Amino acid sequence: MAYDTTTWEVVIGLEVHCQLLTHSKIFSGAATAYGAAPNTQADGVTLGLPGVLPVLNKTALEYAVKFGLAIDAKIAERCVFARKHYFYPDLPKGYQISQYELPIVYEGHLDVELDGADGKQVKRIGITRAHMEEDAGKSLHEGYVGQSGIDLNRAGTPLIEIVSEPDIRSAAEAVAYLKKLHQLVVYLGVCDGNMQEGSFRCDANVSVRKRGETKFGTRTETKNVNSFRYVEKAIEFEIERQIDVIESGGRIVQETRLFDPGTGETRSMRTKEDANDYRYFPDPDLLPVVVTAADIERVRATMPELPEAKKARFIEQYQLPAYDAWVLTSEQALADYYEQVVRESKAEAKLCANWVITDLLGGLNKAGKSIAESPIDAIQLAGMIARIADKTISGKIAKDVFEAMMAGEGSADDIIQAKGLVQITDESAIVAVIDEIMAKNPAQLEQFRSGKDKLFGFFVGQVMKATQGKANPDAVNRLLKEKLSG
Amino acid sequence: MSLSPENVKQVAHLARLELADDQVGPIAEKLSNILAMVDQLSGANTQGVTPMAHPLDMHQRLRPDAVSEPDRREAFQAIAPEVDNGLYLVPKVIE
Repeated sequence: MAYDTTTWEVVIGLEVHCQLLTHSKIFSGAATAYGAAPNTQADGVTLGLPGVLPVLNKTALEYAVKFGLAIDAKIAERCVFARKHYFYPDLPKGYQISQYELPIVYEGHLDVELDGADGKQVKRIGITRAHMEEDAGKSLHEGYVGQSGIDLNRAGTPLIEIVSEPDIRSAAEAVAYLKKLHQLVVYLGVCDGNMQEGSFRCDANVSVRKRGETKFGTRTETKNVNSFRYVEKAIEFEIERQIDVIESGGRIVQETRLFDPGTGETRSMRTKEDANDYRYFPDPDLLPVVVTAADIERVRATMPELPEAKKARFIEQYQLPAYDAWVLTSEQALADYYEQVVRESKAEAKLCANWVITDLLGGLNKAGKSIAESPIDAIQLAGMIARIADKTISGKIAKDVFEAMMAGEGSADDIIQAKGLVQITDESAIVAVIDEIMAKNPAQLEQFRSGKDKLFGFFVGQVMKATQGKANPDAVNRLLKEKLSG
Repeated sequence: MSLSPENVKQVAHLARLELADDQVGPIAEKLSNILAMVDQLSGANTQGVTPMAHPLDMHQRLRPDAVSEPDRREAFQAIAPEVDNGLYLVPKVIE
């Protein structure tokens, strides 16, 4: 932090637009698939043709309720859609159907873990509301002179806009909150979380004030930042810009700003003096939406185990350290993968955790792949770990087997067979190798016996080399000790 | 409640309606009369009455989440003033 935190306090509130993972649009049966040819998913309702009527998507409503339950929020028994008016070519009706006075979800919160002076601290960030609304289309300005191209495929995609309380006090807290929120909506299966495709985008409201002030400073809103890193940069830039303006005697203007990833700076969008006069009123095309207690219970029954609960269960059930449990539950797919490895391998849970965290995640990370794209599936990894557990291979040989599996050379058993990697546990065979090595290295043997203990490692190395690493390390250690001491 | 000429100009601008200067005065008067009529409602006792979001005493029915609308781009674009490569073309808009 480049600014003086003893003088200045930063106040941040975030608005997150989260696309709901439905097949069809919020108010019509047009498809919502990403990347389709322009306007092939824009039906009469999406285009706002005369005479069409919106009808609410049941799944979109259920997803909004599901999100509300996950953040411990209140679910409105009765909520209302309102028209938000503004003119833009990617909004064909001249208004966006949103919610204003009566949103579906209100008064929730999210607990975020932060790095504090003395380890991890939990901070509760309030969520004022989450309302349902339709997304707008896209304007393409490049390639045309004096014109813009409009693609309305995205228009009408269901969104929830999640509005936080101004509880956030730094860029790092903002990112921690966003990551937690992102993890949650993906876990819930209500959003694919794809930030590049705009499924999860963030507007940041930032203001600064002198410590001790009770009134908030004037805020600016930085729009549509679509990566965690950019959010952090945009907020940091905005904090320093605002402090500079105030310290040099200026005043902050309430305005909308855009983040430029190229320069790492935010800049003012053309100020529209009446941009905020949206003239909201209840949409006469849509009746109030009623959600009964029974509806809520039905949705509650579909709730998956959430990250916090899963982490606690991993610690308890698998006796894992908190760190391991945290890493393994960071993504639903990873947690499922891990649990399948434990189940199938019947090996010790901690051994499985080590392989998944260190080797698998390390390897995937290097290859830039997600868990879903892993060249080794859970059953294959379990098969390999089972061979360690039953002592067919040593942990050291397993590293080579794992590499071969990552390279697509087949199952652990195939690789062990093909490369002759089966561990030598036959003690008479190991003793024979030891005898041979002792005979070949009389000088070292002499030195060891006269007290040069360090040479023990040399003998272990020789045995391993002679057996291409296949000798069981425990047996080698024990037998060497016996033989060397004479 | 009565509307000033400035109010009328502001609302017309927000609605992207073009008004000639000599229209503003008469429109302000007409709109003010409408508002005065609606204002009679303020005289009604509404204590304990929940505001109504819709005149129909029903609630919204829901649609199953299924794709039911085929691609009819060609038909829709046939009536558009200008299209290119599947895009609707409009006068340039810049942020």
